[in-house]
Amino acid sequence: MTAEAAAALSGLHGRAPGWRIVARKEFADHISSARFMVLLLVLGAAAIVPLYFASDTIRSVASQVTDTRDAFLALFLVSPKGVPIPNVFNFVGIVAPLLGVAFAFDAINSERTDGTLPRLLSQPIYRDDVVNGKFAAGLAAISLVLLAVVGVISGFGIVRLGIIPSPDEVVRLLAWLALTVLWVSLWLAFGLLLSVVIRRAATAALVGFGVWLLVAIFGQLIVSLIAGIVAPVANAGSIEEALSLTALSATIARLLPLTLYQEASAVLLNPTVTTVSTPTTIGQWQQWQQQAQGQLLSFDQSALLVWPHLVVLVAMTAACFAAGYVMFMRQEVRA
Amino acid sequence: MTDIAPARPSRRRRTAPVADPAAAAAPIRTRALTKRYGDLVAVDALDLEVRAGEIFGLLGQNGAGKTTTILMLLGLTEPSGGTARVVGLDPARRPLEVKRRVGYLPDAVGFYGNLTGRENLRYTGRLNGLADVEIEEQIAHVLEQVGLVGRADTPTDTYSRGMLQRLGIADALLKSPDVLILDEPTTSIDPIGVVEILDLLRSLVQARGMTILLSSHLLGQVQSVCDRVGIFAAGRLIGVGTVAELAERFGDGAAHIEIAVATDGDGESAPDPQSTLAAIEHVSSVGWDAPTGTWHVAVRPMEESGRVREAILRAAVERGLRLTSLRVLEPSLDDIYRTAVAGMPRAGVTTEVGA
Repeated sequence: MTAEAAAALSGLHGRAPGWRIVARKEFADHISSARFMVLLLVLGAAAIVPLYFASDTIRSVASQVTDTRDAFLALFLVSPKGVPIPNVFNFVGIVAPLLGVAFAFDAINSERTDGTLPRLLSQPIYRDDVVNGKFAAGLAAISLVLLAVVGVISGFGIVRLGIIPSPDEVVRLLAWLALTVLWVSLWLAFGLLLSVVIRRAATAALVGFGVWLLVAIFGQLIVSLIAGIVAPVANAGSIEEALSLTALSATIARLLPLTLYQEASAVLLNPTVTTVSTPTTIGQWQQWQQQAQGQLLSFDQSALLVWPHLVVLVAMTAACFAAGYVMFMRQEVRA
Repeated sequence: MTDIAPARPSRRRRTAPVADPAAAAAPIRTRALTKRYGDLVAVDALDLEVRAGEIFGLLGQNGAGKTTTILMLLGLTEPSGGTARVVGLDPARRPLEVKRRVGYLPDAVGFYGNLTGRENLRYTGRLNGLADVEIEEQIAHVLEQVGLVGRADTPTDTYSRGMLQRLGIADALLKSPDVLILDEPTTSIDPIGVVEILDLLRSLVQARGMTILLSSHLLGQVQSVCDRVGIFAAGRLIGVGTVAELAERFGDGAAHIEIAVATDGDGESAPDPQSTLAAIEHVSSVGWDAPTGTWHVAVRPMEESGRVREAILRAAVERGLRLTSLRVLEPSLDDIYRTAVAGMPRAGVTTEVGA
């Protein structure tokens, strides 16, 4: 609403901005809500269970290789042998969308059905303060728990296993945390969009979880199906052709945000990962072969590797949020 | 109420339009205000003026455009045409300043059910940028005004519809507004509650010169409290004035008397009331009103009402009509409304009288 934007310029007062008041109230609601408890349990289990099963493996690995430089990060990467449990970063990759949607699917439509929206909007705040505040509150609540989970895992590693993180590992961990917050905010923005567009909270939740299922479970399947049709590697006549078709299917796979997140996570958490994709030309292949295997990338090199992934994730988040924002600004106050 | 004024931050003074006598005289003023939704004209070239310190009732059926008008006055929806001035400001251009000075009770107001009444009000206070101390003082004050002190610390989940409505009024009063806009304030409140709410509104106007605009479709309820009313139908204001003025304009020029007659066991009264009453001079029509079980007598011209009542009593004594009650029907907004909307003289029989 341009009028409200114009008023924003003329009426800046020395009080807490509206979005912070909204965020404060929403955050307090989240913290005491049932879904927050669920979030805590789910992410807590994600942290503790693999760690419990893997701690023996880590301990033996750590004592064998005395100068392993990335033992600390292994806490987040190990998947226990013989137990069908994903490691921490894979688990977070799958569960974070669920949490993002769970914290936002009813943000706007519940205000509408409860009859609180006209009352809220008749207070002297801008209309976008409501959206911004709710987004910020959801993100803060989830980030808080993510931080706690990472803290617990790190603490376990330091105290119980005696693995001290190097500065590089701390930086990598923080970068991964930032990536994960971005990953959650994409789904939070998506949930917010649903809550604006779909008037019934239950329907919005169903649609949100449906999309999540599609992406998490059938996503890989669908993408490989499309890749198989568009770029059938089996039909390749030469190695060059096979490699270019592989590259194409890898690109198609990256249309899925989950792929982006998992690739970026792998690179950020594991300094031995030196490439996000299989080499696609003979030259690249040779180059890759010549690299001394087992060497560790420095953090800035890893960051360079995942930079495009980050940009795309930010763009997707921004697009979702902007769509929800614009639609909310244009909606009538009355249902 | 006024004791809280000194604590108010200077912001209030800065945004107040000082040099606008028109705004001081009429805090709400619209010119050809129009709202279209596609082909539907929800509000059609509305010229409305609400004077300072009065209670103005916007009356109309559901869907007449009352709520749309109110939303435009608050800058919550943009007019398709025309202008509005609320406390001297254009709500479409400066919505924040308008909303800071106008308290609003939405239709079917809702609260966050997990929070207590007090917590809900605290949130509103913060959104209005009030200081914490001021918020607590104001909350205590408005809760007392609406009579919710006892339930203030229970979650609003447990409130009845009427209590939510009261809390909504408290919520609108929290910012110490200059203008109060209430959308259907008496809906779903019990009759005693309605009287209390209307008394409260009256006292707010008297004690601090607040200007109140309320909308309602329960005409009888608001009749007693409104200084002036505007009758709203299909997006148009078809009549504005006091109830008496409107009665004169839209009435049929007759006075109406309601008579109840005792009947025998077989449902017949000894003399036929119809012919007895019709025979009296100046009685223009006599009708049987089945729902109330009474006879309605129309007197024309209406000045003859007193003489006709005398004549009825005399006839009752002489002819043995067993009169059990006789009263003059005040012009009711319901009737006026019906006549005004229909645009035709009303039927000889009144079927309903405001509660």
